Amino acid sequence: MSQARSRELGKFSEEYFRSVTVCELDPDDMTELGTMDGENVRVATKFGQVILRATVSKQGPHKGVAFVPYGAWASALFGTSTHTSGMPTLKGLEAIIERAPGSKVPTLQEVTRLKVG
Amino acid sequence: MVCTFCASGCDDLQITHDGRRVESARNGCAISVSRFTSTGQSRISKPLVRTKGVLRPVTFGKAIDRTARILSNARYPLLYGWSQTSCEAISKGVELAELVGGLIDNTTTSCHGPTILGVQDVGEATCTLGEVRHSADLVIYWGCNPIHSHPHHTTRFTIFSKGRFRRTRKERKLVVVDVRRTDTAKLADRFIQIQPNGDYELLTALRVAAKGEEIEQDSIAGVPTETVEELAEMMTDCEFGALFFGLGITMTAGKHRNTEAALALVRDLNYLTKFVIIPMRGWFNVTGANEVTTWQTGYPYAVDLTQGYPRFNPGDTSAIDAVTRGEVDAALVVASDPVSHFPGAAVKHLLGIPIVSLEPKMTPTTEASEVVIPSAILGIEASGTIYRIDGVPLEARKVVNPPPGVRSDVEILDAIIKRVKRQGRRR
Amino acid sequence: MSELLVKNGYVFDPLNGIEGDKLDISVRNGKIVERVSRRARVLNASGMTVMPGGVDIHSHIAGSKANCARMMRPEDHSKDPETKTKHTRCGVGHTIPSVFTTGYRYARMGYTTVFEPATPPLKTRHTHEELNDIPIIDKGCFTLFGNNWFVMEYIKQGRINELAAYVAWMLEATKGYAIKIVNPGGIEAWRWGRNVRRLDDVVPNFDVTPREIVRALCQVNSLLNLPHAVHVHPNGLAEPGNYQTTIDTMECVHDIPTREHPLIHVTHVQFTGRKGWAWPDVRSGAPEIADYVNTHDHVSIDPGQLIFTNVTWMTADGPAMFALFKLTKTKWFNADVESETGAGVVSATYKKGNYVNAIQWGIGLELALLVKDPWKVFLTTDHPNGGPFTAYPRVISWLVSNGARQKLLDKINKTAKRRLNLPGIDREYSLHEIATVTRAATARSLGLSSKGHLGAGADADIAIYNIDAPKLDLSKEYKAVKKAFARAAFTLKGGRVVVKNGEVAQSVQGRTFWTKPEVSAETMGAVTKELESKFDDYYSIRFANYPIEEQYLTASQVISTKGEV
Repeated sequence: MSQARSRELGKFSEEYFRSVTVCELDPDDMTELGTMDGENVRVATKFGQVILRATVSKQGPHKGVAFVPYGAWASALFGTSTHTSGMPTLKGLEAIIERAPGSKVPTLQEVTRLKVG
Repeated sequence: MVCTFCASGCDDLQITHDGRRVESARNGCAISVSRFTSTGQSRISKPLVRTKGVLRPVTFGKAIDRTARILSNARYPLLYGWSQTSCEAISKGVELAELVGGLIDNTTTSCHGPTILGVQDVGEATCTLGEVRHSADLVIYWGCNPIHSHPHHTTRFTIFSKGRFRRTRKERKLVVVDVRRTDTAKLADRFIQIQPNGDYELLTALRVAAKGEEIEQDSIAGVPTETVEELAEMMTDCEFGALFFGLGITMTAGKHRNTEAALALVRDLNYLTKFVIIPMRGWFNVTGANEVTTWQTGYPYAVDLTQGYPRFNPGDTSAIDAVTRGEVDAALVVASDPVSHFPGAAVKHLLGIPIVSLEPKMTPTTEASEVVIPSAILGIEASGTIYRIDGVPLEARKVVNPPPGVRSDVEILDAIIKRVKRQGRRR
Repeated sequence: MSELLVKNGYVFDPLNGIEGDKLDISVRNGKIVERVSRRARVLNASGMTVMPGGVDIHSHIAGSKANCARMMRPEDHSKDPETKTKHTRCGVGHTIPSVFTTGYRYARMGYTTVFEPATPPLKTRHTHEELNDIPIIDKGCFTLFGNNWFVMEYIKQGRINELAAYVAWMLEATKGYAIKIVNPGGIEAWRWGRNVRRLDDVVPNFDVTPREIVRALCQVNSLLNLPHAVHVHPNGLAEPGNYQTTIDTMECVHDIPTREHPLIHVTHVQFTGRKGWAWPDVRSGAPEIADYVNTHDHVSIDPGQLIFTNVTWMTADGPAMFALFKLTKTKWFNADVESETGAGVVSATYKKGNYVNAIQWGIGLELALLVKDPWKVFLTTDHPNGGPFTAYPRVISWLVSNGARQKLLDKINKTAKRRLNLPGIDREYSLHEIATVTRAATARSLGLSSKGHLGAGADADIAIYNIDAPKLDLSKEYKAVKKAFARAAFTLKGGRVVVKNGEVAQSVQGRTFWTKPEVSAETMGAVTKELESKFDDYYSIRFANYPIEEQYLTASQVISTKGEV
């Protein structure tokens, strides 16, 4: 809901940034990772990686499953293959998540450049 | 007034305005209020053309000129977006795509495309949303979270709504199937947690159980078989069931195989009782994009018009595939942000070709464009027809004028078409 | 001022009693006039047959169910694309063509007016969007009423005047042309997965019967002086034997007074003209139905002729579609529309060797040949249910040539051939009768005084065919007849040449016809108030967003009538 509301304020707005640059994690997963709520993590799939802010999921439990809102940061993790269906796989992707407290969440311009390589 | 955010098509909004801006929007959900009252935020105020690497303001005529040249000179232009604009604009889009010999695709391609592919194989047993409100005693939300995505869905159409034959919450059961206990799941009479990528198996198991046959495994996709059988019984015993499904089904690995399983399950249930299935479409006019494109070309999205006649072959003529293969050499993007949402490697190709954006607010796509033409926001600053999730058409009406110099998508596309016709096509 | 003289053609104008005389037709500014000046352009029609442009009274070309069918059946289109040309937009066929292709293909056959026979009010904005986009032809749509909650409640309460005012309001709100009834009460029962099969079955939760629904709406039709009859698709379509329900439906209104034109039109009777108890045993009920039509003047029918090809079934009759889907096991689409009606789509193939298909093919032709008066039986295929509208020329060839029919009879299922009456019928239609069933009678049935004839004052919608009428033996040369009707030598729309040698020469915008019955302000006011007070309970959209404004139609043509309410 906050993602949609803040989108109306503009994709370069602070509110939108805060609402979509998150990675919602199950509380037990966070304990295992040793991550605190609000700390940054590196999320990597075989297609790409991005730094996001970890938050404790309020819609858990869902051990082993992480949620990233649809947006410019999530799409850094998608592959282009559609398996001839036209539809890329945007959910259910395997990912590795690590603590990254020193790293910064990229801005919208930075994440776009990241995808281009 | 009709809200133009999600595809619920809520049309009970009451707006006050001062002629320039909307001041308040009553009856709308929080997203709706934000949409109506934030029209001034991040607006693009003038047409922009990139010269010497920088986007600079130009006249409308110059922007149209450059756009017409980009599209006419391209061998395989992509015309993309369309889900957040009016049917009248989409109709212009099809005309333009035919004129320049391009590929016209809308956001269905990375959203409910698999649903349409499933329907093309199986068919679909559905109804309008009011029917669910009147009759449904069993509601299932599968792989979707309407409390967040379609905030008024439950009050207007399902468990909190009042219908002719179901007057109270007690007369309806809610089941939620999801990989996590969403805020929607917290309202459910029964929440079933499924493992990621397990939808195909669970839907198929339900088909087996609904036919009264035995499931051999102890659990399916992390759901105990006993629970599967109980859910199947709820489905066969109800008087009128409604299955709403979302991106949890379409976006996971099974894609259209998942949707086929869901559509087939509901079809099978109709042998025993009354059951319907309705996809939770996202954007307020993605259904309209499918409808217009279908009645004009025969196909709902991913339509290739480069040969002078319509061709449809998702995986080949779909935007992400065509872009990734490097074949698309220009793009017109209407009310969409593919630079944000396309997979990374596809974005790389997009950024190497000239993009023309028709868009009210700045986005990464407009920032990467060669031409940006500011457009009026539909349902607030421009009127037009939209289609609700269930195919009910509504007239979204203009309330205030757009900022000075900002035109509707229809006017902009019309101008592009006229200019392209004058310039003639050059290969 | 634009003048044209269509010279020397053999004119067939049944409404004005002209049967093949060599005559000139004068056109000025889009209308037919008595004469034109010497400056008029001349179109030489020597050796050719001139008729009014075709008027199709029942063809599913536009709206929600047609589009769902298009979306569901990409395989229907991929083999039949239309490339864009200088004068035409691209598109696709085959059974459910895209909108541009629909207009062009009708025009190529010399048709200039087509009606979409079933539109759900809540989604009729969609129907009009598509109709707006169909080029060349004039058009309209029939609004569905037979399962509408307000209608059933007014009937239950015995409030006929209020029902009439409601229908008037609805026709204006939906910009519809006529009252359409599909499976009265049955689609409401389908809400619960049930159906209503006979005229006196009770509709669940509403306590009315199909008989009451049909009677009440026919009374309303008379009260409002609507231009067309009540257009009815009876109950029982998916029953093996259903011909008696068809006759009962016609009979149930025979006592209701009517003015000049028939009160009830029963459509695609081939689908509801079967005798028998079970599928292996079905026979033709055409003789009984034809007998009824021959002896009663308050009815007209159209057969919905079957063609042996792949088809798409689409109808508002949701339960019938599911029943038939269970037989075909192809793909099935269903869309109930709250408080009003529904829709179903199934893909199917009719085969000559299939007993039931062959019987149905025979029923359609038997109806056309056994009903003696061509003013009572119109040529349709219930496109795309019986077959695509592009098959009309083939149907014409069967009507004009017993030889053509016998040839096909030899190829169909042998048991069916034995059981049909068709082999023994040798009647052959004349060109005059063809002109009647494809344009004159349909225009008159629709109450369109400017269509279907070539007298002064008519719209200059003219079809010119390569048929040298006095010389051509229709029966022997049925293939030439078929070819001629498939590709008109010329089609004129509003006096402009839109088709030449079977190809589109220019595209024009057709008008959308709709009916506006006038009702007393007092009654209308009371009914509107009542509607508004109940609307939110019945519908999921607001009252203010339901009616369609006239400006929505690209080219609106209203037919006003004066009601007696």
